[in-house]
Amino acid sequence: MSNPPDAAPQTFFFDRFGLDARALESTLGAALARRADFADLYFEFRTVQGVALEEGSVKKTTHSVSQGVGVRVLAGEKTGYAYSDEVTVERLQVAAQHARQIASAAATSTSVDLRRAGGAQPHALYPVASEQVVRPLPERIALLERVDREARAFDRRITNVMASLAIEEKVVLIANSAGELVADRQPLLRLQVACIAEDGGVRHSASAGGGGRVAFDFLVDDEERALRFAREAARQAIVAFDAVDTPAGQMTVVLGPGWPGVLLHEAVGHGLEGDFNRKGTSAFAKLMGERVASELCTVIDDGTLPSRRGSLNVDDEGIPTRRNVLIEKGRLTGYLQDRLNARLMGVEPTGNGRRESFMHYPMPRMTNTFMLAGEDDPDDIIRSVDRGLYAVSFGGGQVDITNGKFVFSASEAYLIEGGKIGAPVKDATLIGNGPDVLTRISRVGSDLKLDEGIGVCGKDGQSVPVGVGLPTIRIDGLTVGGTRA
Amino acid sequence: MSASSTAIDPAEVVERVLDRARRAGATACDAVAVEAESSSTSVRLGEVETVKLSRERRLGLRCFAGASSAVASTADFDPAAVDAFAAQVVELARAVAPDPFAGLPDPSLLATEWPDLELYDPTGLELSPEERVARAKACEAAALSADPRLVNSEGADFALGAARVAYASSAGFAGSYRSTSYSLSAAPVAAEDGAMQRDYWYDASRSLDRLADPESIGRTAAARTLRRLGARPVPTQQVPVVFDPQMAASLLSHLAGAVCGGALYRRASFLLDRLGQDIASPLFTVIDDGRLPRGLASRPFDAEGTATRRTVVVERGVLKSYLLDGYAARKLSLTSTGSASRSVGDVPSASPTNFHLAAGEHAPEAIIASVPRGLYVTGLSGFGVNGVTGDYSRGASGIWIENGELTHPVEEVTIAGNLLQMYRDVEMVGNDLVFRSSIVAPTIKLRQMTVAGR
Repeated sequence: MSNPPDAAPQTFFFDRFGLDARALESTLGAALARRADFADLYFEFRTVQGVALEEGSVKKTTHSVSQGVGVRVLAGEKTGYAYSDEVTVERLQVAAQHARQIASAAATSTSVDLRRAGGAQPHALYPVASEQVVRPLPERIALLERVDREARAFDRRITNVMASLAIEEKVVLIANSAGELVADRQPLLRLQVACIAEDGGVRHSASAGGGGRVAFDFLVDDEERALRFAREAARQAIVAFDAVDTPAGQMTVVLGPGWPGVLLHEAVGHGLEGDFNRKGTSAFAKLMGERVASELCTVIDDGTLPSRRGSLNVDDEGIPTRRNVLIEKGRLTGYLQDRLNARLMGVEPTGNGRRESFMHYPMPRMTNTFMLAGEDDPDDIIRSVDRGLYAVSFGGGQVDITNGKFVFSASEAYLIEGGKIGAPVKDATLIGNGPDVLTRISRVGSDLKLDEGIGVCGKDGQSVPVGVGLPTIRIDGLTVGGTRA
Repeated sequence: MSASSTAIDPAEVVERVLDRARRAGATACDAVAVEAESSSTSVRLGEVETVKLSRERRLGLRCFAGASSAVASTADFDPAAVDAFAAQVVELARAVAPDPFAGLPDPSLLATEWPDLELYDPTGLELSPEERVARAKACEAAALSADPRLVNSEGADFALGAARVAYASSAGFAGSYRSTSYSLSAAPVAAEDGAMQRDYWYDASRSLDRLADPESIGRTAAARTLRRLGARPVPTQQVPVVFDPQMAASLLSHLAGAVCGGALYRRASFLLDRLGQDIASPLFTVIDDGRLPRGLASRPFDAEGTATRRTVVVERGVLKSYLLDGYAARKLSLTSTGSASRSVGDVPSASPTNFHLAAGEHAPEAIIASVPRGLYVTGLSGFGVNGVTGDYSRGASGIWIENGELTHPVEEVTIAGNLLQMYRDVEMVGNDLVFRSSIVAPTIKLRQMTVAGR
């Protein structure tokens, strides 16, 4: 069903909607008909093909096709945005007229020449052809059936398995008033496995999964990732049967490697987004160059990691992504910027202008956010704790960027007693203060790991795929939201 | 904005795609088309910050080939594209395993007539761009002028929209309805002693003239923000906890999730197999009303054409009904409650409509006054709710209660318990129920929870 063909994205859009460079130039000209700083067009064509298994068979398949264009005009601190899912020359003109409402005075020049400059060269981080990503439906169904069998074989108490595979193919074309015309094709694959375990009327659930901007083979390569995710979901659901009440209060917390990096995403990542810092509403505003973490901590946001879920060849404003150092040896060194906030703060954009779809205007967003490895042996870090919590798997998190308070919820955690890992505990939320928590990090392990590729970040109602990563770390004093006071 | 700017009638598109699906061999099918236009205008520190206008339309089609089915969606309403789309969905349906419970609802449950639910009031759609800006500006100005400590702003936003939904199925149903929505919010930032706090307030309504005035929204946002200044953690302890109406509604949303069909037939709900049992305090009566006049989640028929209705979910603590769509009802050998909802491109599933905790008799001030020492919760964060076990642990902020009086603001604490126990521990229910969103509740007091802090 109308998948984007492998033709060059620009040709694809021009053919599909009967457009040419002149039509885009004329739309940008209309957008600039009042005094504006910048205008851009974002064309998007996106398909998502889903299959879902439960109760042992695939009974659900979905296929969605969306397409549209967003027209944006920037003037000072103002943004005008209009979008339409009907893409015609007429609708483009109407959208441009709507978007330019925010600008007042008449412009001096409105001519845009898209053939003049190309913009910076995009990366090639996910060079997979469409047929490597989207496999025939029977092959996808067979994979989910293997996942089901693998999870059930893990333990007889696994009573239901819900597995879903979503394959997204997005093609974008970005044209702007600087004369840049940039295109990208962005595959995104995600497998999610959830298990229900039941024993004597007591039920538990757990989920695992992964993916990235990868070919289908990513799930069925030598390592058979899909089956590993199945076993992981089953294992976590079974572990929960032994969980004891979680202690409540402040204690030493050791975070395991990988997905617990959601700590960085919530505690510091959002607070370093350019919009909040330009407006002065972030707890990190005016802390540039200041010590915000222990000197063991270097935190990176890197949109250039090959095949990663949070990576992009260009951001959603057509700027190639970068490796941005946010915190270097404890000192705040960088914010995440899109074009608007970079211009208003007098700095360069950092390739972090992202949007959920053509229905949204871009904002500064994270890509893949992680902490560099340290030198400690992870086992030594656990041995160093007399009494505390060892958290290895997390659900979601949230932050109030203004007061800096963040939470994240452990879905698999253990007591540490006398330097040894003890009983598993029930789900518990951890809460802390963003500008303060990284100063309490006293050990950083050598085992940096990135997550498996399932992260979704929400901001102002917009969801985008992201990655996180972390080595094992020790935090001296974090509040654990248990029931056992 | 005009709500009828497009030449293509969603009801006609739905009829056409069903006809083509049947010709392509679908044994049964249903389709939904949505057409919507909306605008939002935000101001910050007295200046326009963003103006956003949107126009969208989507068509969703579900086709059955016997007991197998597939769902797909598209934004392309071109007749030739619609025809090809229908044929492809039928092909997809043939590729998946049959499900004996799949199918359209029993025709006897379909809505045949419905009252005017007063969901559509287009008068406000004609507001000029300048008038939209003026409302947002007035709201923010009222917030920021309330106190000199309100030094910054995340802005104020005025949004309005109109939508038309058409649904039809081969079971013989065809219907459509229009709706409008209007909302206004403000999020000021306060600073004192080098620390900042923000909070927000809003109102939402089906008609512009029922929307709270900009000044009152702004003043409430200011008061909510100011009272957070100087917040600090408290020591870890077990105390009574009072939830303000917004936070009580969040507790109710977890109940809504646990009584919806999908969580039940997947055996992933802490309320599984509990129909007819005491699951909450006798003060606890919960109603889901799909036909509440002007309700923000009201609709005359659900996403399968089934008549919507008022369902008593919990009556004086006893679980009386789940919320079910056709599929979940068949899986559970129960009857649909007309609770099917669907995003255009997905399979229908049960979800709450206007889901609310019935008001009690106590003034909120009297509830606070009854607490010798405890926490008044006005903010919750994070995702620490396990829908399978009911285990609950979330970040909280609020105001400390000492001898029945609000004292200092609290932040960086968690509250934890188990939802079943928490619902049973409800000791007082307030009289302050307001329908400002789809899930609402009055102030409630819980006997005891674990507060974790310093």
